[in-house]
Amino acid sequence: MRSLPVASILAPLSDLCQRLSWELPADVRQALAGAAERERHPLAREILAALLENQEIAQRDCLPLCQDTGMTVVWAQLGEEVCLEGSLPEAVNQAVADACDQACLRASMLGNPLDRSSNTGNNTPAFLHLELVPGDRLTLHVAAKGGGSENMSALWMLSPSQGREGLIEAVVSRVQEAGGRPCPPLVLGVGVGGNFETAPLLAKLALFRPLGEPSPDPELSGLEAEILARVNQTGVGPLGLGGDTTALAVHALARPCHLATFPVALNVQCHAARHGTVVI
Amino acid sequence: MSEPPTAGAEPLRVDLPLRESVARSLRAGQALRLFGEMYTARDAAHARIVQALEAGEAPPFPLPDATIYYCGPTPGRPPRPLGAAGPTTSSRMDKYAPTLYAAGVRATLGKGERAPEVRLACREHGAVYLVTLGGAGALLGSRILEAEVTAYPELGPEAVRRLVVADFPAWVAYDVLGGSLFPGDCPLD
Repeated sequence: MRSLPVASILAPLSDLCQRLSWELPADVRQALAGAAERERHPLAREILAALLENQEIAQRDCLPLCQDTGMTVVWAQLGEEVCLEGSLPEAVNQAVADACDQACLRASMLGNPLDRSSNTGNNTPAFLHLELVPGDRLTLHVAAKGGGSENMSALWMLSPSQGREGLIEAVVSRVQEAGGRPCPPLVLGVGVGGNFETAPLLAKLALFRPLGEPSPDPELSGLEAEILARVNQTGVGPLGLGGDTTALAVHALARPCHLATFPVALNVQCHAARHGTVVI
Repeated sequence: MSEPPTAGAEPLRVDLPLRESVARSLRAGQALRLFGEMYTARDAAHARIVQALEAGEAPPFPLPDATIYYCGPTPGRPPRPLGAAGPTTSSRMDKYAPTLYAAGVRATLGKGERAPEVRLACREHGAVYLVTLGGAGALLGSRILEAEVTAYPELGPEAVRRLVVADFPAWVAYDVLGGSLFPGDCPLD
């Protein structure tokens, strides 16, 4: 067993949370630049160029890319040979609070969803998902997830008879209805199967995959390609003002499900797809 | 897909507060550069402003010809008065917008499509809905010259702030004739 004091995550996790606020990951920058080159619609090209300029200003001045610096989602993969010393949730929250303070992030978390004046003031608590994996490492996948795009996300308990086409139809119509609200161009996380509580988590975890990396499962990678093509034919475009670029990528994850069910979840991610990883 | 009328056109300089005659001359799709004063307000501030109006109390800033920016910025670090300051989703303020347009608000500024009631209110009151670059908070923050909290400081990022902006990019989304920039919007009548 490897003993790991939780304090060892504080500095690397806080640094990552700060950097994510002003620096888009390279895969997202490349996807935006590629879309700007391919886009045929003049206004959409202008908007994509402005988003790339925004990224440059943010990185140059260490300013948040977006005023919604997000809720912190942490997907922790804990090696079965690791013995944690201390409370992981507490350490994660301490790092998130530190990043909020150091990088002048926006405090966007309400302690009580029914009370608008219950802002916790430091962007805690984070959303921590724990997975046990083989090995002696602790891997923290981190996302700063905005609220506007989260609002356009959905869960459908489809009938199994609706099948693959029903899934695609649900996702494409949702993106079309959402229009400019979730800040397209989007990244779409699609959770297929599982059950009522796991499908949305699959959709969220799918967003952590680097953009442009298709699912290793050929059936899912085909589904991803088809949804991406259909979504980009809707004409919603950047910020909903029309164009070819409605989504940059579609990522799907699947799990076994009960034969009477066909759960499908969509987690919508805006173009500020801030995600990164630290391994401890 | 048809090209919007403004693609490639030089943006029009517009001074704020926005006079009614200027608002009436704007058309959906036009690219603008805004100069002057606007006020930030989001969900929580809107609820309070409308409550104040219903109680016959004074609103926290003069509403005639005002521009309301749907924005909850990040804190500033010197020399900037604010950090990132992009728009939030406008549709969350749809239930309040007709009341505020009726009280004289000349423009709202945010991102995304809105309910038909908002387009109708723009047409009825000679007002406009503008959109700006969603997710470009760093760029838009750099166009803000002054910022001060003027009401509801206890709401934190949702407090009302008076901003002075220069060269602030925006597009006319809904105009006084009921026109819309969004490709999915149908004619009003």
